Amino acid sequence: MTGKNIQLDKNGNLKHFLSIEGLSQPLLHTILNYAESFATVDKRPVKKVPLLRGKTIANLFFEPSTRTRTTFELAAKRLSADILNLNISTSATSKGEILSDTLRTLEAMHCDMFVVRHANSGAAHYITSQVAPHISVINAGDGRHEHPTQAMLDMFTIKQHKKDFTKLSVAIVGDILHSRVARSEIHALNVLGTNEVRIIGPHTLIPKEIEKLGVHIYHDMNSGLKDVDVVVMLRLQRERMRGALLPSEDEYFKRYGLTNQKLKHAKKDAIVMHPGPINRGVEIDSDVADGKHSVILQQVSHGIAIRMAIMAMVMGQINRDENKEKKK
Amino acid sequence: MTEKIDINVLIENMAENISSHCGTQGYKNPLMIGIQRGGVWIAARLHQKLKLADPLGELNIAFYRDDFSKIGIHPEVKPSKLSINLDDRHIILVDDVLHTGRTIRAAMNEIFDYGRPASISLAILVERSGRELPIHPDIIGKTITLKEGEHAKLSGPEPLALEIMKSG
Repeated sequence: MTGKNIQLDKNGNLKHFLSIEGLSQPLLHTILNYAESFATVDKRPVKKVPLLRGKTIANLFFEPSTRTRTTFELAAKRLSADILNLNISTSATSKGEILSDTLRTLEAMHCDMFVVRHANSGAAHYITSQVAPHISVINAGDGRHEHPTQAMLDMFTIKQHKKDFTKLSVAIVGDILHSRVARSEIHALNVLGTNEVRIIGPHTLIPKEIEKLGVHIYHDMNSGLKDVDVVVMLRLQRERMRGALLPSEDEYFKRYGLTNQKLKHAKKDAIVMHPGPINRGVEIDSDVADGKHSVILQQVSHGIAIRMAIMAMVMGQINRDENKEKKK
Repeated sequence: MTEKIDINVLIENMAENISSHCGTQGYKNPLMIGIQRGGVWIAARLHQKLKLADPLGELNIAFYRDDFSKIGIHPEVKPSKLSINLDDRHIILVDDVLHTGRTIRAAMNEIFDYGRPASISLAILVERSGRELPIHPDIIGKTITLKEGEHAKLSGPEPLALEIMKSG
C-alpha cells in the first residue's frame, strides 16, 4: 500500500480493518486492551452487550470458512448487531451479478459493515474503495495477503501467556508461501517489538524476499525451534498449491510436523498455536495438538473477543465522523 | 469558586445512612457495587467501614453507555468485576457524582445482564443539579447546586479530593 492508509480516518483512528501493515503499536495495544474487556462478556450469564444495537453487519464470504465466519457472527451477535451471512460463491455472483452490484444491493439493505473474505489479495481494499462512506470494512482474509483479525487474536493469546513481546522468540512453521496468517502475524509481531521472529519451512514454501520483513529463516525444525517461547504452526494449504511443491505429506510430517520430540527444543513453557483447521498427522501430531503446550482452543475463544473489539472500534469511529459532519 | 469539601466526613455519614437504610428496609447482607472509577474508590471505603461479607463488585459501564452512537467507544474501558451471583440480592450501587442519571441507567442495564437482584439502592457522594432521567439516590453524601458550566470532579484514589471546576 502506498501513500494514505485507507484504514484510518484523518485523525488516525481505525475506520476499516484491512491489514496489520501500516498500523501503529499504540493502536494494536488499544485493540488488545479492549479485547480484554470484551473477553469477560463470554463469562457472564447474559453474553451480550448493547453497543452495536441496531447496526447491520454482512458477512461476505467469497471463499468458504467455518471458524472465522462463525466467530465473526458470534462477535456481532454479542455486540447486539444483526448479521447477514452471504456465501457469495453460491449466490448472486454465480448468477452473473458483478461485485459492485452486489455491494450496492447490500447498501440498499442499510448494512453498516462488511466482513470480507476473498481468494484474491487486495479484495478487501478494493471493496473499501467502492463502498459508501458510512460503511466499515473488515478483512477476514484476502488471498495470500493478510488475515489481520487472526493475527490480532494470536497476539492476544501470546499476551495472555507471555506478557512482554520484547523478550520473546516466536517461530512460525510451515507453509509460509500461501499463508496470509503468517504475513499478518509477522507484521503484528514486528509492530509489537518482538525480540525475534523465525520462519521455519522447506525452501519451496518460503516466499522470496520474506527476509526483508526482518525474520530469520530456518529449514530445520530442531535448530529453528531452539529456545523459542511461541510456536505458530500453519496449515498446509493443499488447495492453493499448484505444481510439485512437496514430495508427500508423510515426508512433510517427518521433517516439519510438530511432535513432542521436536517441541523439546523449544523452551519448557513454550505455547503451541495453530489458526485451524488443523491437519493432524500432517503439520502437527495429535499428541501436541491436544497436549499441555497447546493453546489452540483458547485461540478460538479469543477470536470472538478480538473481533468484538475491532467491530466496536470501527463502528464507533464511523459514528463519530458522521456526527461531526452533521454538526458542520 | 473552589469549595473545600471534607470527603471523609461525607463517607462516614454515608456509611451510617446505608446501615440505617438497610435496617429499615430489612436488607440483610447487601452486596456493594461501585461504578468505575470514582464510584469504586468511594465504594471501597464504604465497604471497609460496613464490613460487608461479599467482595466489592466493580462495574465498567463503557459497553452500556447511551452515547456510543455519538462519541464511539469509551477510551477507559476496563473489565467489570462481578464474581458473585446477583440473583435475589440487595444491591447498594455506589457512584461519586450523580449528574444526568444516564450513568446509573447504564449501570442498572448492565447489572440485569448479570442476574435479577431483589433490589437496588443508590448511594451517591455528591448529588448535583442537571438530572435528565427520573433517577433519585437513596443515600446522599452532599447535595450541591452548580452554576452553568461548572462541574464536580473526584480525583483519587489516594487522597480522595473533590473539586468544583469551570469546564472549558
